[in-house]
Amino acid sequence: MRRVKVFAVLGALLAVATFATAAGQILLNAAGATFPYPIYSKWFDIYHQSHGNVQINYQSIGSGGGIRQLLDKTVDFGASDGPMNDDQLKQASIPILHFPTVLGAAVPSYNLPGIQGELNFTPEALAGIFLGKVATWNDPAIASANPGVKLPKDDIVVVHRSDGSGTTYIWTDYLSKVSPEWEKKAGKGTSVNWPVGLGGKGNEGVSALIQQTPGSIGYIELIFAVQNKLPYGKVKNSSGAFIKADLVSVSAAAAAAKSMPDDFRVSITNPAGKDAYPISSFTWLLIPSKFSDPTKRDTVKDFLKWMMTDGQQYCEPLAYAKLPKEVVVKEMKAIAQIQ
Amino acid sequence: MATTPNAATPSDFTAHAQTLQRRKAGADEVAHLVTLIAAGILLLIAVLLVYQLWILSAESRAKFGWKFFVTDTWDPVAGDFGALPFIYGTLVTSAVALFIAVPLGVGAAIFLAELAPPKLSSSLTFVSDLLAAVPSVIYGLLGVFLLVPLMRKTIQPALKSTLGFLPIFKGPSYGIGFLTAGIVLAIMIVPFVLSVSREVLMAVPRDQREAALGLGATKWESTWKVVVPAARIGIFGSVFLALARALGETMAVTMVIGNNPRISASLFSPGYSIASVLANEFSEATGNLYLSALIELGLVLFLLTFVLNGLARLLILVTTARGSGVLPS
Repeated sequence: MRRVKVFAVLGALLAVATFATAAGQILLNAAGATFPYPIYSKWFDIYHQSHGNVQINYQSIGSGGGIRQLLDKTVDFGASDGPMNDDQLKQASIPILHFPTVLGAAVPSYNLPGIQGELNFTPEALAGIFLGKVATWNDPAIASANPGVKLPKDDIVVVHRSDGSGTTYIWTDYLSKVSPEWEKKAGKGTSVNWPVGLGGKGNEGVSALIQQTPGSIGYIELIFAVQNKLPYGKVKNSSGAFIKADLVSVSAAAAAAKSMPDDFRVSITNPAGKDAYPISSFTWLLIPSKFSDPTKRDTVKDFLKWMMTDGQQYCEPLAYAKLPKEVVVKEMKAIAQIQ
Repeated sequence: MATTPNAATPSDFTAHAQTLQRRKAGADEVAHLVTLIAAGILLLIAVLLVYQLWILSAESRAKFGWKFFVTDTWDPVAGDFGALPFIYGTLVTSAVALFIAVPLGVGAAIFLAELAPPKLSSSLTFVSDLLAAVPSVIYGLLGVFLLVPLMRKTIQPALKSTLGFLPIFKGPSYGIGFLTAGIVLAIMIVPFVLSVSREVLMAVPRDQREAALGLGATKWESTWKVVVPAARIGIFGSVFLALARALGETMAVTMVIGNNPRISASLFSPGYSIASVLANEFSEATGNLYLSALIELGLVLFLLTFVLNGLARLLILVTTARGSGVLPS
């Protein structure tokens, strides 16, 4: 494939450069999602401290780039915020396995001067707002979930991510599940054709727009909201409870995923659990099921085991929700599929 | 060298002269070759660039054809792509930027080259060159945190209340949009216009100024009617350099344009530019058609720059043909 030649050349150069500096060691090259980059680099660093001969080099170039490089075999494994679709899996010469690593969530953040406390959002209200049908703050769709709050009659300004991102994937995956109209008009993806709104680049771009624009609402990554102490609303889950996103309610969503398929390619938005926050998702490592180099294979397997046991303690200090136990057990079994 | 003792004969002297000639010719040939290679590589890069963009955009070209240029949908989910809103946004923001930057840059250049005391001139030029070296992401951040609130609260309401009857100043003020992106671009390209224009103005021969003054012109008359027309081509050149920068600017524009692929007459509304959408969507673009459409956008930007540059040359040709004919060598 010609279109990936550029990436192949770049990847090869990178591999040569890394190889030259650390000959005689086990070197793994990986590329992909930016959202889990802080925890991945922490993991690779700590793992390197206890396994001095293993160096894992991770390029956070985005999920799309990670998948392309993996299919082109310029990296040993990839990482993505959205699972690979069937077409992409078919393109792979070696079957590719998905391993969930941590969880991410998207939260609705808004700027309404004079409103204290957290607003409640129903799925209908969120879909309506992002479709442009709920256009003012005092619309019954919002007001009915917030009794006693005096909502202004100002216009709603919708803010979304302009760059392709896993956060957008989670948000639009959720909206597609709760609103057939959204699914038809915009659908789900890392970038979609937004019916309304302004686009901000990155979490920081979206939150800057929200903070500067009275009457605005947008979605941001939970970790970003927590670290920057940005206010965000509660969302009604499928059991009818209004849940505020935090590490516990996000992990609960993963545990509530009814049936975890064997390939782990599952969407956990709008899950059943009573305490589950409804707008969250796994992020995955994409591992080839066959390695030609047995040392690389054993290193990858060992790292995965370490990540799911000892590695888990590093998640929460970095504000990532941990994998629930059920998922860890299932993943430990799946490691045996790597040959 | 093994020569006879009485070597200094006239014929020997001519031989020396011939070696010198040969050496000189050889050196010239080397220099010729080196510079030719440099120029050739430049051409090669441009050709390879277009070739790669052409090849990699094959899927999108085959699917959308010429409709790519006139469709205003950009839907990565459905796989439906059109370039029109991005072309529009690129042209509008660049036009706004030139509208502001050209009078400002050329005005400042005239002051610095002709009217200001030399010390002030060189220190101000230094400041302008510094501005040209600031990374564009800095301009973008300043745009987001300083210019956007100012636009939303002060400038846009003021424009609406005075010039609101014009369609370009209608609609809600978000602070971001075509106008804000154009202003940020203008700030970024002014140093280019200023620097080059100043150099060109200073290169106009002193005789011409003195001749004008000697004929009884005032200082301003000699500047405006003699020096500026003489430097016209160079000033045009500075403007096209600035335009090229404005067309291709990515980061700063992305941060303030609103990133919404819509076509709207109002400069207040959010828009999108070709360079911005590439920066935003390329890294996460999955699927061959999506990637191919983004690469075709790159090709469109190349084409746009090419056409505008061609028009610019044409403009120079036309104005020179009927102009005064007084040009700096």
